[in-house]
Amino acid sequence: MSILWIQNGRVIDPANNRDAVGDIYAVDGKIVDHLTPDQQQQAQVINAAGLVVCPGLVDVHVHLREPGQTHKEDIRSGSRAAAAGGFTTIVCMPNTSPVADNSGTIERIRNSAKVNSIVHLYPTGTLTVGMNGEALAPIGSLKQAKVVAVTDDGKCVQNNELMRRAVEYSHMLGLVVMDHCQDATLTKGASMNEGEWSMRLGLTGWPAAAEDIIIARNIVLSETTGAHIHMQHVSTKGGVELIREAKKRGVRVSGEAMPHHAYFTDEACKDYNTNFKMNPPLRTAEDREAVIEGVIDGALEIIATDHAPHTDYEKDCEFDKAPFGVIGMETALATCLEVWLHSNRLDLPTLLQRLTEQPAKLLGLPAGTLSTGAVADICIFDPNERWTVDPMKFQSKSINCPWNGLTLRGRVKHTICAGRPIWDGERILEADA
Amino acid sequence: MSTPTTWRYKDLTSIERLTREEIETVHHYAAQFKKSLDRSQKKLPTLRGKTVINLFIEPSTRTRVAFEIAAKRLSADVTTIEEAASSLVKGESLRDTAEVIQALNADLIVIRHRSAGSADYLGKLLDIPVINAGDGAHEHPTQALLDTFTMKERLGSLEGRKVVILGDILFSRVARSNIWALKKLGAHVTLCGPATLVPEGFRSMGCEINYNLRAALADADVVMLLRIQHERQASTHFPSVGEYKALYSLNEERASWLKPNAIIMHPGPVNRGVEIDSALADSPQSVILEQVTNGIVTRMATLFLCLTKANELRNAQAAPQQ
Ligand SMILES: [Zn+2]
Repeated sequence: MSILWIQNGRVIDPANNRDAVGDIYAVDGKIVDHLTPDQQQQAQVINAAGLVVCPGLVDVHVHLREPGQTHKEDIRSGSRAAAAGGFTTIVCMPNTSPVADNSGTIERIRNSAKVNSIVHLYPTGTLTVGMNGEALAPIGSLKQAKVVAVTDDGKCVQNNELMRRAVEYSHMLGLVVMDHCQDATLTKGASMNEGEWSMRLGLTGWPAAAEDIIIARNIVLSETTGAHIHMQHVSTKGGVELIREAKKRGVRVSGEAMPHHAYFTDEACKDYNTNFKMNPPLRTAEDREAVIEGVIDGALEIIATDHAPHTDYEKDCEFDKAPFGVIGMETALATCLEVWLHSNRLDLPTLLQRLTEQPAKLLGLPAGTLSTGAVADICIFDPNERWTVDPMKFQSKSINCPWNGLTLRGRVKHTICAGRPIWDGERILEADA
Repeated sequence: MSTPTTWRYKDLTSIERLTREEIETVHHYAAQFKKSLDRSQKKLPTLRGKTVINLFIEPSTRTRVAFEIAAKRLSADVTTIEEAASSLVKGESLRDTAEVIQALNADLIVIRHRSAGSADYLGKLLDIPVINAGDGAHEHPTQALLDTFTMKERLGSLEGRKVVILGDILFSRVARSNIWALKKLGAHVTLCGPATLVPEGFRSMGCEINYNLRAALADADVVMLLRIQHERQASTHFPSVGEYKALYSLNEERASWLKPNAIIMHPGPVNRGVEIDSALADSPQSVILEQVTNGIVTRMATLFLCLTKANELRNAQAAPQQ
């Protein structure tokens, strides 16, 4: 029997409107509301005085590169990066190699996760065969293989008729469609946001319209089919406003914000540092403000990382030739605290709701709450501890981190997954063999 | 020589980073070297024993030849590596290529590359100076140095002068470098051309934008034409070459809207009949061939400055260890 007693922390459980100093107990991987005197004797005690205790964070948008590109990351290293970042549940994208467009590949991912992952890991499947945007993937079989959503993330279905059918079909199966919103005709050869900085740097610009057009399309398709479409990594002011307005009309859409879009602007690209090259790109100060505001008023009710590892040699090249994407799980909580909490823009319970209850709710995952009887996934952090980002110390295999060298406030001190401590603030705690 | 030499960096990768004094330092040495062109013995011993490598991963004839001649006039040895002719650069990363060149004991690299930022990237990797001979749509600093040198020869000070840059601004590294240089030298810059090729964002660099050719050219001291690369743009950025000509090609009538002593410039190669009427390109107002000649002396000046300054930097680093 494993018993855990977390004492005197500021317990914040947004799903239960709880925010008070108190204790949390877990027995055999489940949250319980008290311990018997006997259990108290046997319990492993964690003193959380001065720390925040919240549900383990949930990231619905990560790239683990397994199968096929395990030199960048794999399920083992990716799940450890999650643990170090306070995440206990992650959802991996299907743009692996081969792509996860069939139940065999999904099973392969789930089998590897059973052996290698130290957090709860849920796979997604693709919308279209090969992510080529030409024919529907076997979404029913993918559902049977237990994907939690479908997406062509990294690409976007350009054909509106096919997208309509994908949405209708997934809706029938009760699967959320997550979409990477990008009109490819507007982004040919583009490597950063279109604006003053792309113009100065001579890089081909990626207009905000390329994102807004697809968000608008998806809103229309959601409205006409009744299906839920989730907009991944929203980066534009126009996109946030479209989603906000659609929600007011009762359209079943949701939106996701990334810490990097809320933290940086496209000016960060000025030295051609490829660690600031991501898709969608860093945008203007106005867009950044809209993303921050969207999380505050709930237009973007979810924060996810789009953790996208690439090796140093792949990123060490000319800006226009570098792959898109940055890692983010190990910096997510601190950067969110900097952007929303330490700037006094948002209270901590609401911010944590965007990182726990909301993402779990989106995909119906058994996570994101400290309710009695729930799986004991817990994150304990110090919201004020300062630390300097050094990607060489990360659990991720890759170091393509735009926060490299910056000092942030907010440090994960303990991560507990299903009642088992897996991170102690310094290192990963491996299970006894 | 009374002008003090101002030069801070080992590399010349952009005009944006230079000060007005540094631009004027290049002009000063270019003028000195230009005097030597009139001598029967054109070769100067200045860079004897130095090896310059021209790394041209994007083809260009006139810039490459100008750098070769400039280096030879200063007695440097020059080797040119071109994409088509070389296995060195084919499929190899820019880092690997750079390290090979460093191992070849080159003293300076001139790089032309399709990727914006590639010269900066190379400069950070290497200890030897790097001169940017055009990086994608970013900058072409030596072109701007020779262009402003040519303008000063004809017009004197550029303070308060009106310069119109006409044509494809969006894809043009020449436009970007010239805008930086001209603003630093006190000129007013007006951009003109189809809206699809002249984005509003350029106002943030302190330029005026006018889509009306007549209004743009009114009272201009200089009109700088940019090459229209119609193979790349005609499909989306403007309807046809014919329509471009109808709206923006420079002919005698339109040239009369300029100031009487105004000059016409073009970085070449010229599409005769597209950007400019053929006769006008050969007229006394045109300084297109002077630009070519000045391309040699300004590049001599930049090679000289980068190589001597690199020595100073090396010596300065070595000094504390004595
Ligand atoms: Zn994406």
